[in-house]
Amino acid sequence: MVVFNEKELMAKEKMNTPSFVKTIWREIRNDKMALGSLILLTLILLAAYLSPLFIDQTALTRVNFFNNWKPPSADNWLGTDDGGRDVLGQLLLGTRNSFTIGLSVTLIAGVFGLTVGLIAGFYGGIVDNIIMRIIDFLMVLPSLMIIIIFVVSVPKYTIFGFILIVSAFAWFGKARLIRSRALAERELDYINASKTLGTPSWKIMFFELFPNLSSLVIVNMTLTLAGNIGLETGLTFLGFGLPAGTPSLGTLISYARNPDIVQNKWWVWLPAALLILVMMLCINYVGQAVKRASDARQRLA
Amino acid sequence: MLKFILRRTLIMIPQLLVLSLIIFLLAKAMPGDAVTSSFMSNPNVTPEQMEKMREKLGLNDSWYVQYGHWVGNAVQGDFGQSFTHKQPVTSLLAGRVGNTLLLSTGILIVTYIIAIPLGIIAGRWTDSWADKLIVTYNYFAFATPLFVFSLLMLFLFSFILGWTPIGGSVDIRIETGSFDYIVSKVKHLILPVMSGALLATFGTIQYLRNDIIDTKLKDFVKTARAKGVPESKVYTRHILRNSLLPIAAFLGYEITGLIAGSIFLEMIFSYPGLGQLFIQSVMGRDFTVVTALVMISGTAAIVGTMLSDIILSIVDPRIRID
Repeated sequence: MVVFNEKELMAKEKMNTPSFVKTIWREIRNDKMALGSLILLTLILLAAYLSPLFIDQTALTRVNFFNNWKPPSADNWLGTDDGGRDVLGQLLLGTRNSFTIGLSVTLIAGVFGLTVGLIAGFYGGIVDNIIMRIIDFLMVLPSLMIIIIFVVSVPKYTIFGFILIVSAFAWFGKARLIRSRALAERELDYINASKTLGTPSWKIMFFELFPNLSSLVIVNMTLTLAGNIGLETGLTFLGFGLPAGTPSLGTLISYARNPDIVQNKWWVWLPAALLILVMMLCINYVGQAVKRASDARQRLA
Repeated sequence: MLKFILRRTLIMIPQLLVLSLIIFLLAKAMPGDAVTSSFMSNPNVTPEQMEKMREKLGLNDSWYVQYGHWVGNAVQGDFGQSFTHKQPVTSLLAGRVGNTLLLSTGILIVTYIIAIPLGIIAGRWTDSWADKLIVTYNYFAFATPLFVFSLLMLFLFSFILGWTPIGGSVDIRIETGSFDYIVSKVKHLILPVMSGALLATFGTIQYLRNDIIDTKLKDFVKTARAKGVPESKVYTRHILRNSLLPIAAFLGYEITGLIAGSIFLEMIFSYPGLGQLFIQSVMGRDFTVVTALVMISGTAAIVGTMLSDIILSIVDPRIRID
């Protein structure tokens, strides 16, 4: 006679269903493009985040007019800009800033979108109706224009202010996505059981409903991360992004608003433009692998 | 059906009101007002004169009185005076709106010309080399930021190869309306339109490919094949008729994206349209122009979305909620 040990069974069950992180890793390992992208992205980010260790940051802000617009050489691998500052150093710092800001926007917008989406989906009915009508409206707004007006209107403009302004316009899609999944989830027995037991709503939402949507959230965040980095660099490019003195990849590219620099001083803006392109493609390839991992039907491995 | 259309149209009214209120309050929050920006370059004006000017323009009234005036005039097509250009905003916009419309229409047409065949090929021959190529291209289109892509296009085609002009909308000293004028206009449009369209194909290709893959397994398609309908006719008559209709309806949803896109494209290709005017006006604190532009863009997006919703509900009765 076989004796069923419940604990043993549960442990076995856990071994049989790998965690989401493990599934993602398996999916990436099996997709050469995604694996290559992950390695390349890690290298870029390591170089960017470790750059303060071997780059003299004060030297980067020092203006030296005798050394301006120098093409790439042994001293300055990517040449110098209008103030004689090293482009490579600015590129690394810019990557660090742009990535950090993109990540912050993604996280803040993610938390906000998640909360609104959960509330709309969990309560349903009139609450859902009101929230969705508001989101419908917000999604139609010409948000780029409004962000730009906010940026010029804010009296004490800081990096954190910029992150908040952009985040305020980045959560609509996320809320809508989470709401539609939460609406389906709330009809399931475990939620009803928990309600009957008298669990407070916020506890059901964040500790019981949310874990079941977590893979959806992770997928969406990886895919929007690239977009948010693009938005920050784009705004900085137009001149309405990071405050002056904080280098971003967009700052370097904004030199290209002058035709003479586009043509004759390509080393200032071209590396930054190509780096953004490479980073976006890498993040998206990894994001697609993460997306496949979250949906068993699409998995390659 | 009529009920849905009526309801969808009525929702627009509060939307437009809220939009105008948000824009008005934002403009109020912008540093400086009409008087300071119009006399910024004139040091001879005393504060008393400026105060008199403010009184005359009604800038000392309470905000809701000003809001009422602004909305009342805006409805009649009067957005006030531009302070940097010294002319009515409406005539300033009229001179530029044609360029932006030309650019946006061009982008839309080219997007569909590229996206529809590619989407059909990718959907019909799934997992073929052509499909893989198209899916890879679509990755690029999705991931690449518009401003980076346009700059690279400008650098490659205008500066290195010298095939296209580096900016503007038409060569100077060419007679308006002549044949050369049209040729010159088209030459200036090619690069911005291609840059915008090559990236804008993403949504259409993705939608069409998925939809065809889904539809070709449906029973009515199997029936058609079983009856001996030739394969090409299965696609043109049975599958595409279903998949292509919603694409036409998506047009209105594209407007928000086109507005954002035109800002980047017009700045990079120094194309004198509304997007470029917007950035210049924000920098010059010319806020009557700014509010007019945001209001018009917002209204266009709201009306476009409404039209798309209504057309979609006619095409696809499943989404008609009443």
